[in-house]
Amino acid sequence: MSKLSLIIKREFVAKVRNKSFIVMTFLSPLLFVGIAVFVGYLSTMKADLKTIVVHDQSGKFFNEFKSDEEYKYVDFSEVNLQVLKDSIVSEAYEGLLVIPKNENSATFQKGIQYISNDSPSVMFISDIEETINHKLTQENFQKAGLDTLAIKKAKSDIEIKLSKASGEASLKGLNEIKIGIGGAFGYLIMMFIVIYGNMVMRSVIEEKVSRIIEVIISSVKPFQLMMGKIIGTSLAGILQFMIWAILGLTAMFILSTVFGIQMGATSGMEDQAMKAAQSEMGGTIQMYIQELWNLPIATILISFIFYFIGGYFLYSSFYASIGAAVDNETDSQQFLLPIIMPLILGVYIGFFTVMNDPHGTVATVFSMIPLTSPIVMMMRIPFGVPLWQILVSLVLLFATFFLVVWFAAKIYRVGILMYGKKPTWKELYKWSKY
Amino acid sequence: MNTILEVKNVVKQYGDYTALNEVSLTVPKGSIYGLLGPNGAGKTSLIRIINQITMPDSGEIILDGEKLNPSHVGTIGYMPEERGLYKTMKVGEQCLYLAQLKGLSKAEAKHELDYWFERLEIKGWWDKKIQELSKGMAQKVQFVVTVLHKPKLLILDEPFSGFDPVNANLIKDEIIELNKQGTSVIFSTHRMESVEEMCDHIALIHKSNKLIEGKLTDVKKQFRTNNYEVGVLTNNVEGLMYDLTQKFTIAQTDFKSLNDELKLEVNLGNATPNELLTILVQRGQVTHFMEKIPSVNDIFIKTVTD
Repeated sequence: MSKLSLIIKREFVAKVRNKSFIVMTFLSPLLFVGIAVFVGYLSTMKADLKTIVVHDQSGKFFNEFKSDEEYKYVDFSEVNLQVLKDSIVSEAYEGLLVIPKNENSATFQKGIQYISNDSPSVMFISDIEETINHKLTQENFQKAGLDTLAIKKAKSDIEIKLSKASGEASLKGLNEIKIGIGGAFGYLIMMFIVIYGNMVMRSVIEEKVSRIIEVIISSVKPFQLMMGKIIGTSLAGILQFMIWAILGLTAMFILSTVFGIQMGATSGMEDQAMKAAQSEMGGTIQMYIQELWNLPIATILISFIFYFIGGYFLYSSFYASIGAAVDNETDSQQFLLPIIMPLILGVYIGFFTVMNDPHGTVATVFSMIPLTSPIVMMMRIPFGVPLWQILVSLVLLFATFFLVVWFAAKIYRVGILMYGKKPTWKELYKWSKY
Repeated sequence: MNTILEVKNVVKQYGDYTALNEVSLTVPKGSIYGLLGPNGAGKTSLIRIINQITMPDSGEIILDGEKLNPSHVGTIGYMPEERGLYKTMKVGEQCLYLAQLKGLSKAEAKHELDYWFERLEIKGWWDKKIQELSKGMAQKVQFVVTVLHKPKLLILDEPFSGFDPVNANLIKDEIIELNKQGTSVIFSTHRMESVEEMCDHIALIHKSNKLIEGKLTDVKKQFRTNNYEVGVLTNNVEGLMYDLTQKFTIAQTDFKSLNDELKLEVNLGNATPNELLTILVQRGQVTHFMEKIPSVNDIFIKTVTD
C-alpha cells in the first residue's frame, strides 16, 4: 500500500472510530427531527384566547367582528368608558376598541381608538381597520345610491401569466425553487467545508501537540501527510452524510408505511400529477414538475461534484496550514476569520444577489472568484449558466487550489516543527520562503 | 565502504540565522557516534536534514555510499527528542502503521513487532491506548517503533530522557546489542556519562560549526593535559612537596581511596611519568598513580567556553 493511502486509511479510521463522530452521526439526525417535531408541536398549540372589549357607541360595527380561536369580541357598549379603561389597566381584558357615534365622518374616523397594555400586532390592527373600512365603504356605496352587486361585478382581478421567449409557459415562484435547489447545494458545500475543514485543522494540531509529527515526517513527506489528512477526513465526512441520507430515507419510509402519510415520494407525486391532470390546478402542478425536470439536473450534479471537491480541498488546505502554524485551537481564531468571511459572503451573495439577478455582474464575478465560486456558481446553475462560464470558473478554482496547496504545504512543512510561539501573518509569509 | 554516513559542507539557514555553517561529519560503519553540543548548537537541524525532514541549503549527504534520497527513509531509524505517539490509537495498530510508513509490509511489521514485544516484555499492551500507559511505558513503545524496520543507521536524540534507571539500562543494552549486530548509531545527548560509556566516536558542534570530530580516544589524546593523580603515604610531607615543586606544578586533589594518603595532581610538563615516580618512591609509599584522562564533560566544557 502506498504511503498516501496508508495515511488516508489511518485518518479515516481515526475519525470514524472517534466517539464524537459516532455520537454526532446517530444523534444529530435525532436531534434534528426532535427539534422539528418540537417546533411543529409548538406551532399547532392554540394561542391563549384574548378577549377584546368593544365599546361601540354607533352600534353598527360590533356584529362585523367575528370571534375566532384567538380573539373573542364582547359587546360592552353600555358600560361606562372609564370603567372599561380601568379594567384594561387591571388586565381583566386584552384590549378595548372604542368606536364613537357615527355622526360626522371626519370626527368619527379620528375617534376610533384601540387601548391596551401590550402593543397589538400589526396584523390584528389591520384586520380591525379592514373590517371597519369594509362596513363604512358598503354604507357609503348605499348612501351614494350605488348598486353594490354591480360594483362587485365591475371589480377586475387580473393575474399575469409568465412565459419564456421560447414559447413555453413559465411559472411564478420558480425563482424561489431554483434558488432553493442551488442554495441547498451551495449551503451543503459550505457546511462541509466548515465542519470537516475544522476537523482537518484539529487533527494537524493533535499531531503537533502529541509530538508524533517528527516521527511521521521522518517517514513521509509533509505534503503526503497533509493530503492524506484532507482526503481521509473528507471520506469520513462523506460517509457521515451518506449515513444521514440513508437514515433520513429509512425514517421517511417507516413513517409513510406506519402512518400512511404521503411524504411526497416520487410515486406519490406521479399519482398526484395524474389525478390533477384533469383539473386546472393539477395542470399547474404538472407544469411545476415539468419545469423541475427541465432544470439542468445533470449539470447541477456534475458541477456539484467538481465544486465540492475543488472548494473543500482549497479551504481544507488553508485549515491544514493554520493547524500547522498554531499550537492550540484558541490561537487559530485570528487566522480562521479570513477563511470564514468569503464563505459567508458567498452564501449572502447567493441568496440576495443571485436570486434577484442571477446573471448580473456581481453574481457573475463572484461565481468566478475561486473563494466564493463553489457556493455562488452552484446557486446560479439552476438558472442556466453558459457552459464556458462554468468551465472558466472551474479552471480558476482548480488553478487556485493547486497554488494554495503548494503554498499551504510550505507553511505546513515549517509550521509543524515550530513550537511555543503564536506566529503572525508576516512570519507565515516568511516560512513559505524557507 | 567503511562509512555509513558522510555529511559534506552542509549549510542551513533560517532567514538571517545560520543553523549549520559548512558542517562535515564522517560516521564510520558500526560505530556509536556521539553528536554533542550545547542547546541551539545546530544538532537538531543537522539530524533533521539527515532524516530528510528539511533540505540543506547547500552541501551533500552520502548515506551508505549513495546520495541521500527518499528511498533511504527505511534505512534510518529516528527517535526525536520531542517524541510522542497518537494518544488515542492502540499500541499495536500504531506500531503497525508507523512500520508500514517506513516501508515494511503488514506481515513483516507484525512479525517484527511480536519479536520486540516479547523481548521488551510488553506483549499485553497491544490493545492498550497510549494515553493509558505511563510515560516510561510509552517510551518503550517509541523505541520499538524506532528500531522495528531494522534500520542500518539509528539516530537517537536524547534517548534516555524520560526513562527510569532500570528501563534506561534496558534500552542501553538493546542499543549496544543492535550495534553489535551491525547497526550504526548516532547519539545526540547532553548526558556525558552515557557518551563516555557507549560512544567510540564523537563530534562536537557549537554555534553552527563543528569544532571537534574523531575517535573518542584520539580526541582525548588531543585534550590530554599530562596531569597525573598520585597518592603517597609519607611521613615527610614537606620534603616530598619540596622535591616535587622543583620539577612540577602540583595541586591538591581528591579521589576515592581507603588510605589516608597525600593526594596530589601533578602536571608533568616535559618530564616522563617515571621521573615523577622516582621522586615519589624515594619519599614514601605510592598507593595511587594514574594519568588524568580528560572526561568528555571536560572536553565539552573546555571547547564550548573557549
